[in-house]
Amino acid sequence: MHILQDKQKLIGFLKEKALWVRRQTLMIHKIAPETRLASSLSDVEIFVALYYGGILKFDPKDINWQERDRFIISKGHGAISLYPILADLGYFPMEELKRVCKEDSFLGGIPDIIIPGFETTNGSLGHGLGVACGMATALKRKKSDSAVFVLIGDGELYEGSVWEAIMFASEHKLDNLVVIIDNNKICMLDYCKNIIDLTPLEKKFRTFNWKVKTIDGHDVRKICNTLHPLKIDRSGRPKVVIADTIKGRGVPQLEGDSLCHIKSLKEGEINDLLKGQK
Amino acid sequence: MSGALRTMRDAFIEQIYNKMRHMDDIFFLTADFGAPSLDKIRCEFRDRFINVGIAEQNLINVATGLALEGCKVYAYAIAPFITMRAYEQIRSNLSISSQIKPVNVNLIGVGAGVSYVVSGPTHHCLEDISIMRLLPNFTVFSPSDWKLAELFADYSINKKMPKYLRFDGTPLPSIYEDVEDLEIEKGFHEIKKGGKICLVSTGFMTHRALAAANESDDIGVIDVFMLKPVHNELLYNAVKKYECIITIEEAFINSGGLDSLVSKLLHDNQSNIKLKSLGFNDKYVFELGDRNYLHKINKLDKDSITSAVRDFYGKRQN
Repeated sequence: MHILQDKQKLIGFLKEKALWVRRQTLMIHKIAPETRLASSLSDVEIFVALYYGGILKFDPKDINWQERDRFIISKGHGAISLYPILADLGYFPMEELKRVCKEDSFLGGIPDIIIPGFETTNGSLGHGLGVACGMATALKRKKSDSAVFVLIGDGELYEGSVWEAIMFASEHKLDNLVVIIDNNKICMLDYCKNIIDLTPLEKKFRTFNWKVKTIDGHDVRKICNTLHPLKIDRSGRPKVVIADTIKGRGVPQLEGDSLCHIKSLKEGEINDLLKGQK
Repeated sequence: MSGALRTMRDAFIEQIYNKMRHMDDIFFLTADFGAPSLDKIRCEFRDRFINVGIAEQNLINVATGLALEGCKVYAYAIAPFITMRAYEQIRSNLSISSQIKPVNVNLIGVGAGVSYVVSGPTHHCLEDISIMRLLPNFTVFSPSDWKLAELFADYSINKKMPKYLRFDGTPLPSIYEDVEDLEIEKGFHEIKKGGKICLVSTGFMTHRALAAANESDDIGVIDVFMLKPVHNELLYNAVKKYECIITIEEAFINSGGLDSLVSKLLHDNQSNIKLKSLGFNDKYVFELGDRNYLHKINKLDKDSITSAVRDFYGKRQN
């Protein structure tokens, strides 16, 4: 695991990594325009903080290492930005990034359990938290220190099965469970507030007896400073971090567009963006 | 048929209870559905018996998470709800996932067919054979008596794949005297050897088939207790000596159930054996009455089976 001891250096390193992941995600989108770009850009800093910020315990050489922390990407459709991170860490060769959605590749438009580093079947929404509850229950019974992290999209909260799991987690005191909501506030066709308003989200989770924190989901320092103590905290309650993010972060054509989820960029637009970034 | 009446679920749960005493990686989950036989597990293994509440979707998801951590999981609910309420969870997290990672989740659906007679079409389960059979990587077990259910316990623990156990809801006499020599993966047993006609049935309907077959030495009975996977070659070898097969199932016919299984078997072997299917036609059952009555109005009672047999002889003479 890569942990830089110097905090200042670490934050700088994470920011650099986030920039690199954005570029790589754009390049993947160039090869495979059907990948969901906007929702894969809102969670970049969350992935970077988890994997490079010393939050997750993992071993790319032993992907089923019993002591690893489990990370379920429930919002599977918006997770191609994890591909460059997993490749960089050694889960599979970097060359694979050039073949996303191509014949013989295992990296699809929506990640699957077949990809080294992915714990579960993703893409169909609303399953991740319930599966995480099962994992967290098993780990607690085994007296394991490992934590279970889940990334959920805010639009995914419309699935009823998520609330079945929210009730389950607090009832069973799953304090080894940390949920991160990628709160980018846009669904496929509109802003969530125009579909069914999810606010006040903090209050909803608190009512279900969860520990809740709200942070800027693009601030790697805040993500690290929030997730690390929450992971260690074992005080009987499951924990949720509402990470306020921007869908399509870093791409002016997408940011703020209520239909950005289903928009693909043209090759020329991607090239211009790549030129504009270091 | 012999012995005392017993439910499949009681016989099976008793075995799982015995296993749980020695194996601490077995979890029993329920969607707020009980049984007196379950009380021992509920009281004795408080850390491994989990009632997720009336939440079948979460039942499947939590079961998946436990199984991905290496646990052996039993998920228990009423048959139509554990299959259909949570079908997409079953598809994604059990059927798809198990192709890549071992997922030993055993779905116990109680109340196959019209077991819950007067509860109406929501509680009848006439679709499960078809829809569970179509899922890749799944085993579908449909026993006709509690001895078979009991036999399946060891297999369910050892085979690390998702399984659907289709249990009748009512206490029934045992059909099998001795199940020790039965091979589960063979998937069927010729209970009665006949001459020209073979009744091929599953679950509760094997009791009906046997009652009808007792009328004549010419009628054989094959009990198909594994609807998936099916040992096609052995099953064909068993049926090929007959001139006519009548499939009998407490499920919708012409929709991918037992009748489709046998039909494909005959087709693949370019067989001339005549085939007739008995089961529920393409509509739900709102009528009230006991199971015999529901069977009678849907032509699944003993007389209807006998009449289907006579029909074959009538046509044969013409």
